Amino acid sequence: MKKYEVDVVVIGGGSAGLAAAIVVKKADLNVLIIERDKELGGITLQCIHNGFGLHEFEEELTGPEYVQKFINEARDLNIPYLLDTMVIEFTPNKTVYAVNNKEGLIEINANAIILAMGCRERTRGAINIPGFRPSGIFTAGQAQRFVNIEGYLPGRTFVILGSGDIGMIMARRLTWEGCEVKAVVEIQPYVSGLIRNQVQCLEDYGIPLITGYTITKIHGKDRIKGVTISKVDHNFDRIIGSDKFFECDTLLLSVGLIPENELTRESGAEISQMGGPVVDNNLETTIDGVFACGNVLQVHDLVDLVTAEAKRAGLNATEYIKERYGKEIGKKLRIKCEAGENVNYIKPDLINKTDLLNDIIFTFRVKVPERRILIQIRDNKNKVIYKKKRRYVIPSEMIELKLNLNKLNIDSDSTNLVVEVIPRPEVLIEKD
Amino acid sequence: MSTINNEKNLPEGSKEIRCIVCPTGCLVHVENVNGELIIEGHSCKRGEEYAREEFVAPKRILTTTMRVENGFLPLIPVRSDKAIPKERLKETLKLIAKTKLKAPIKMGDILLEKVLGLEINIIASRDLIEVR
Repeated sequence: MKKYEVDVVVIGGGSAGLAAAIVVKKADLNVLIIERDKELGGITLQCIHNGFGLHEFEEELTGPEYVQKFINEARDLNIPYLLDTMVIEFTPNKTVYAVNNKEGLIEINANAIILAMGCRERTRGAINIPGFRPSGIFTAGQAQRFVNIEGYLPGRTFVILGSGDIGMIMARRLTWEGCEVKAVVEIQPYVSGLIRNQVQCLEDYGIPLITGYTITKIHGKDRIKGVTISKVDHNFDRIIGSDKFFECDTLLLSVGLIPENELTRESGAEISQMGGPVVDNNLETTIDGVFACGNVLQVHDLVDLVTAEAKRAGLNATEYIKERYGKEIGKKLRIKCEAGENVNYIKPDLINKTDLLNDIIFTFRVKVPERRILIQIRDNKNKVIYKKKRRYVIPSEMIELKLNLNKLNIDSDSTNLVVEVIPRPEVLIEKD
Repeated sequence: MSTINNEKNLPEGSKEIRCIVCPTGCLVHVENVNGELIIEGHSCKRGEEYAREEFVAPKRILTTTMRVENGFLPLIPVRSDKAIPKERLKETLKLIAKTKLKAPIKMGDILLEKVLGLEINIIASRDLIEVR
């Protein structure tokens, strides 16, 4: 069996893995990227629309342009990588097992691991649409790959379920390729992607956006012939008598993304409720020396934010190897972060008390859109240590806070923090 | 509400424009009243500028793919290097669909020069190596 010895192994050669590996390599450590596709770049390669890079490069780029810059940098730094290679297991003592069709089974012994496997799409099975199982049902990202990379059109007339950004971007993309998009159907009473995409991808082309409706029947046995959509009540139950039929030969599902953590779960690392691994403020999982970044940790809005997080993971993995690797460390004293009112999840899950003098980056999403709110952090004694007004919060926009808990006078014996998004008390309502 | 005078070639009539500058998404009303542009409903300066441009001359960056004959992949993602007037996007797409390229291609290579007689080029969004 072929064996590799490296300082850091990065699982996944997409935007997150590349940025993390570059940081590690620049710190003069040996790094190896393992990628299951036939080239580096990941999903950003199929996001051929523009709107990336404004944070990272201060210019507006397409997905392929954005990731090409990182591929070029990795190449210039001579970072080694394995393509067409699937990791099948990693162990808590940082041995990675992978397979490919040239070397067979490979063993990689590392001192640290960076998880950068990205996320995958929710499918029909995850949302339980009744009906036959005809061909012509795709997830939006799968259709995006066919159209933008492989050069196939999955159909001619489309209905898209879910108003996430990929779904709306695909509606425009398919229109540009000469297809007809009959409607974008959204179960929530509001659009779930960015307004920019609603305007430039749907309204520009007169594609109807139907909110408060979902698909209740798929017609057709061999190939999909159409869908029935129905209005739903506040419990998302179908309202009888509200059915509408749309003829189509293809249905795209844009109904959410799930961090891809099968390897993480099998390694024994703790997984949080939203599907990503539990991490501390250094992006380290509950396994010593295993870090996570990008969409495998939490689904991001924008690749720029993935890059920023991946650089932190790279830096922390480097520091781990240079300072802490092999040292016996006692049980860490940690503060647990919890999602409170209208907060879907919060990262990090844990804060090391030894890091309280450093700035901590919190990221979270709200459950429902709300105007004129207060973001508040309470400790376990109910003392409010932080509050900030915000005009508007929506689930599709990840909120980031950079806070120094020591400066916020957190009690050193705190064990828990709750982050919540609450309506502003009357006295605080003023023009902002 | 604000008014702008002395615009050349202003489109006639009025339009409701959904502002995309920030997530608030103000609905801005823009109207040409006897050559004078009336803009209302916005809540910031950037929104006003956006609505004005959307009314007078809406433009979009075009991002699509082009066929490649001997590439590592059958397609290469491309984009316009400047925003294209919205009403000319379809023509540009048709022109792009007719073209077939040869690998290797480097990111930033000009694939179609001065499309539709405009100062706009179609450029490659990535590198694409050749395969035999």
